[in-house]
Amino acid sequence: MKYLNEYRNLEATKRFLGKIKESVTQPWNIMEICGGQTHSLVKNGILDLLPENVRMIHGPGCPVCVTPLNLIDKAIELLENDVIVCSFGDMVRVPGSKKSLLEAKADGGDLRILYSPIEAVNVAKNNPNREVVFFAVGFETTAPANALSVLHAQKLGLKNYSILVSHVLVPPAMEAILDDKFCNVNAFLAAGHVCTIMGYEEYHNLAEKYKIPIVVTGFEPVDLVEGIYMAIKQLENKTYKVENQYSRAVKEEGNMAAKAVINQIFEIGNREWRGIGEIPNSGYVMTKSFKDFDAEHKFGIQNIKVVENSDCIASDILKGIKKPNQCKQFGKACNPSNPLGAPMVSSEGACAAYYHFSNHLIK
Amino acid sequence: MDKKQYKFDKINLGHGSGGIMTRELLDGIIFKTFDNPYLNQKHDGSIVKIKGEVAISTDSFVVSPIFFKGGNIGELAVNGTVNDVAMCGAIPKYLSLAFIVEEGLGANEFIEIVETIKVTSDKCGVKIITGDTKVVERGKGDKIFINTTGFGEVHPKAEISSDRIKEGDKIIVSGYIAQHGMAIMSQREGLEFESTIESDTTNLNFIIESLLNNFGNKIKLLRDPTRGGLASTLSEIATDTNNGILIHENKIPLERQVAAACEILGLDPLYVANEGVFVAIIDKDVETEVIDLMKKDSKGLNAICIGQITNDHRGKVVMQSGIGGKRIVTPLIGEHLPRIC
Repeated sequence: MKYLNEYRNLEATKRFLGKIKESVTQPWNIMEICGGQTHSLVKNGILDLLPENVRMIHGPGCPVCVTPLNLIDKAIELLENDVIVCSFGDMVRVPGSKKSLLEAKADGGDLRILYSPIEAVNVAKNNPNREVVFFAVGFETTAPANALSVLHAQKLGLKNYSILVSHVLVPPAMEAILDDKFCNVNAFLAAGHVCTIMGYEEYHNLAEKYKIPIVVTGFEPVDLVEGIYMAIKQLENKTYKVENQYSRAVKEEGNMAAKAVINQIFEIGNREWRGIGEIPNSGYVMTKSFKDFDAEHKFGIQNIKVVENSDCIASDILKGIKKPNQCKQFGKACNPSNPLGAPMVSSEGACAAYYHFSNHLIK
Repeated sequence: MDKKQYKFDKINLGHGSGGIMTRELLDGIIFKTFDNPYLNQKHDGSIVKIKGEVAISTDSFVVSPIFFKGGNIGELAVNGTVNDVAMCGAIPKYLSLAFIVEEGLGANEFIEIVETIKVTSDKCGVKIITGDTKVVERGKGDKIFINTTGFGEVHPKAEISSDRIKEGDKIIVSGYIAQHGMAIMSQREGLEFESTIESDTTNLNFIIESLLNNFGNKIKLLRDPTRGGLASTLSEIATDTNNGILIHENKIPLERQVAAACEILGLDPLYVANEGVFVAIIDKDVETEVIDLMKKDSKGLNAICIGQITNDHRGKVVMQSGIGGKRIVTPLIGEHLPRIC
């Protein structure tokens, strides 16, 4: 807990908040990429402690939120066909086009909520007569463990294990946001966990091309206020480079061993983002040599065409064009018990984070 | 009890048939263990004496795994209902006890649970006065489910009512939160992790009785934040009474190991279940005395005031965060699910 408590310190938070107030001379919009950062900003009440002209925009970095509807439907189809589907916890409540994984479980599907894909390999080992699929959702952060599970299954000679891949990448999403004509982002807080794996070499081009400061930032209150301060200092000084606030976890080159495992199993391909649409080269797909472990290939699941609820403005939320409470449905027709779109489901989704914690509800 | 004297290793459907095998189970295990005049009548029910107003509470216990660090389902089934009766401002006296057993449960496991119920009910000073045992086919249950209903005499000085809460009242928590939920979580299939976290399951009836003896109607509301955790209990109080509740994050009693386990698993301790903790809303005049008294009891060693009732933000719980921000604390929605990363 030492590393956490040090970064939840009241005095240190106050010090950086003071520095932010001193240095800011004009309004700035800063986007935190990762849903974990959004969660922490609202959970700790940081948004209300920032000066008015520092506006945080909540980015698309919630894996649950951007997993396309049709992949959830595919996972449900597998469940309904006697496949054991294993998933991370917060994925299971996300509504597909007809129901969620949790509802499919109630209908008799064999759904297992796990913390690690390696556990799913054990499920496959212990159920040799059943097919086992791990719902491999997430950004670069969860990719190494998902890739490792495939290597582990291969080593054990398991033929009944595969993964349903929905891996997306951060840099192409940042670029898509910057290319949007309504984009109003002045600086980015890059996602600390993603950079722990990938490093931040690939961000230099982005900072240079779009003239935008990028600060690799952690998740605790002190991390966030320090990251915001570093971004503002750059904006005020008109510098546009990549800086690393989260140096206790992130190296420029990232985690080489983890990257090697990713590259063994996955290659870059096009991916659909829920709420945003297809972004070229924005995700991982499985390489040809591991096709047997690719659930979509193995079960020949057809691409299911589904339509999002038209009342949901998830697209604008995920691109940071609108705030959750600017949505007409927020807290009314759309709430965590009855989410219209994914950002209201996961606790890291901007809408759910606002609903659960945010001060604007305090009357 | 000598477990070898039983002719069977496992509970089967016959033990719930109502015939000879049921009788063997009852005589050999249940009646023998509890051995009290109420059950010994072997009647369809029991006739008991009770003074004045009666508090009644019922609860079903379905925990998995049934044996966990710090206790088992039997201990929970007694403490859980005893505590619910105590939270009504009553002195628990009697318990009913109903089992739904899945066929195949080991006789040894069943005996261990029954014996735990005996020891725990003795500790609480309550008698098991009636009961039932049903056996369901394999796959139709999860080893064993237990229902208990508790009956208690309302304490003569008690005036427990949410209507009496007003601005300024203090919110006291009796001890470390989230212990039970994390102990269970650490042993769940697929989530096992090394820890020495033990369930906090315990009976709270005597500490409550002593609070009522000493402070009477200054104790306004008592709740035990079991499922849904402290956050859900406080949210319910705020919503039901239309009062505001302000709590302070750095006052919440949280043991280091539990805090670390919650961090690793991505869970918020405010939503994790407790089985040996209560929340008391009390008149502000007796805050110090109440805490002093609680700290003298082994069940209240870590008692602390975490906040107060306020006229602001009515119907909502607001928490002052450790770094000076504020946030709403909402009730738990659905199952408490771990986050991806």
